[in-house]
Amino acid sequence: METQVKLTKLATCAGCGAKMGAGTLAKMLEGFKTHSDPRLIVGYDKSDDASVYVLSEDLALIQTTDFFPPIVDDPYLYGKIAATNALSDVYAMGGEPKLALNILCAAESMEDKTIREILRGGYDAAYEAGAIITGGHTIKGAEPFYGLAVSGFVHPDKVLTNSGARPGDVLLLTKPLGVGILTTAAKAGMAEGAVMDRIYRQMATLNKTARDIMVQYPVHSCTDVTGFGLLGHSYEMAQGSGCTLHLQADQVPYHPEALEFADMGLVPAGAYRNRDYAQPGVKVCREIPLALEDIFYDPQTSGGLLIAMPTEAAEACLAELQKQIPRAARIGYVTELQDAAIKLE
Amino acid sequence: MEQTLDCRGMACPLPVVNSKKASEELRAGDILTVLVDNEVAVQNLQRFASHKGYVSTGEKKSETEYTVVMTITGAGTAAPEEAIACHQDTRRKGMLVVLSANTMGSGDPKLGTALMKAFVFALTKQDQLPDTILCYNSGAYLTCEGSESLEDLQLLESEGVTILTCGTCLDFYGLREKVAVGGVTNMYEIVERMEAASQIIRP
Repeated sequence: METQVKLTKLATCAGCGAKMGAGTLAKMLEGFKTHSDPRLIVGYDKSDDASVYVLSEDLALIQTTDFFPPIVDDPYLYGKIAATNALSDVYAMGGEPKLALNILCAAESMEDKTIREILRGGYDAAYEAGAIITGGHTIKGAEPFYGLAVSGFVHPDKVLTNSGARPGDVLLLTKPLGVGILTTAAKAGMAEGAVMDRIYRQMATLNKTARDIMVQYPVHSCTDVTGFGLLGHSYEMAQGSGCTLHLQADQVPYHPEALEFADMGLVPAGAYRNRDYAQPGVKVCREIPLALEDIFYDPQTSGGLLIAMPTEAAEACLAELQKQIPRAARIGYVTELQDAAIKLE
Repeated sequence: MEQTLDCRGMACPLPVVNSKKASEELRAGDILTVLVDNEVAVQNLQRFASHKGYVSTGEKKSETEYTVVMTITGAGTAAPEEAIACHQDTRRKGMLVVLSANTMGSGDPKLGTALMKAFVFALTKQDQLPDTILCYNSGAYLTCEGSESLEDLQLLESEGVTILTCGTCLDFYGLREKVAVGGVTNMYEIVERMEAASQIIRP
């Protein structure tokens, strides 16, 4: 890497860990005037991944945006990861991204070639997704950030929200956890280069393949596991669906190195925020090491899809997923609401 | 001996990094006091202390002032792998697999290619996985786009196996941009990894 200024040194927060807490945000938006429109079938009140607006009988528009400070020093990879993460919300709604706009803040100390590399990463991710970047907005500032505002399309009947899980469903997860802890360990200079190469590659992998396979099955609910961690996003799904999500701790895929780093105290602040947010709804039903719990609360940048679908379909879907995404896994199941929104078993 | 570290104003993970460094200089019975300015740092330092087997206490002095006091013990590092009941690490420490060509054995290249593919596939099915896989010379083709072993190698990587490909070899074959699994390495690391290995397997 020939980057003169280390990109990650320009950022005080890492990736989706920079996200403002869900509770704080809801409070801030309280009491504002908004039009109500029956065509807006998924709006901000649903705390879903993106908004969905019905345009016609067979077409709905999905809109979302996401950006964050550098989480890796290589500008190309950073751009690719940030764009992949932004595109992910459209996939999580079951849709396909079509148009995107760059959102970029460049630090004064960044060279033109660095900025170009960030954008090249973004364009490559969008190209792979089949989306077109049509423009955007770039400013200069103290702390850099990059991401996209994305528009995508979906059939109105095929919209996948995070509130549709039903008793009898099985839960699938398409990317292993631990990304936030590992990027923290990388900041501490403790994670090996080869391990981080694997993590960065995972973050730069679109959820397109997972989405394309998933939509061939009768999915009830879907969300992408990002800033709120597995338990934060599961909590939202459980609450939205009025069900209990049972997560089987020994089935959840994660990067093994994250366990030792969490044990060592390299846990990002976002994981603690997520714990504060979701813990009241989580019942731990077996002995689970604290470090493993940390991994379940760990904020993920460009994480995988959490999918709920009926048992019979899930088996075939998982087999299909695993052909292309070897670490996709069945991580639990859904029942009627019990004594807790989430049970860790 | 008692030592105090002022980590106020430091962003995560610096308090842990600095405490780790400081604790390595201390001896059993010594006391390390760390000052920090947020609750997250306190919790991370307490995780660090219990990881090392140190006794620690955290105290909140004000909204922006916290202290964590650790009593250093001997080399009592709690082994994290043993503490974990849920997920087993299936890698065998010190086991190194060297893939020095994209074919296995000498003879017909078509057969050699098929054999290598079968070898990597069989690796994924072992109860004990290697710690590291090193790829060099035409072995570099195995970790690049178009390789028939790519999915198997990606699976191994996802299980925690470190996969490294020789950078010189990638450049020689014009594959630098095509690497699709693992990291890129150099001859020093190749030699070091081989020296450190307790078992080297070459198909």
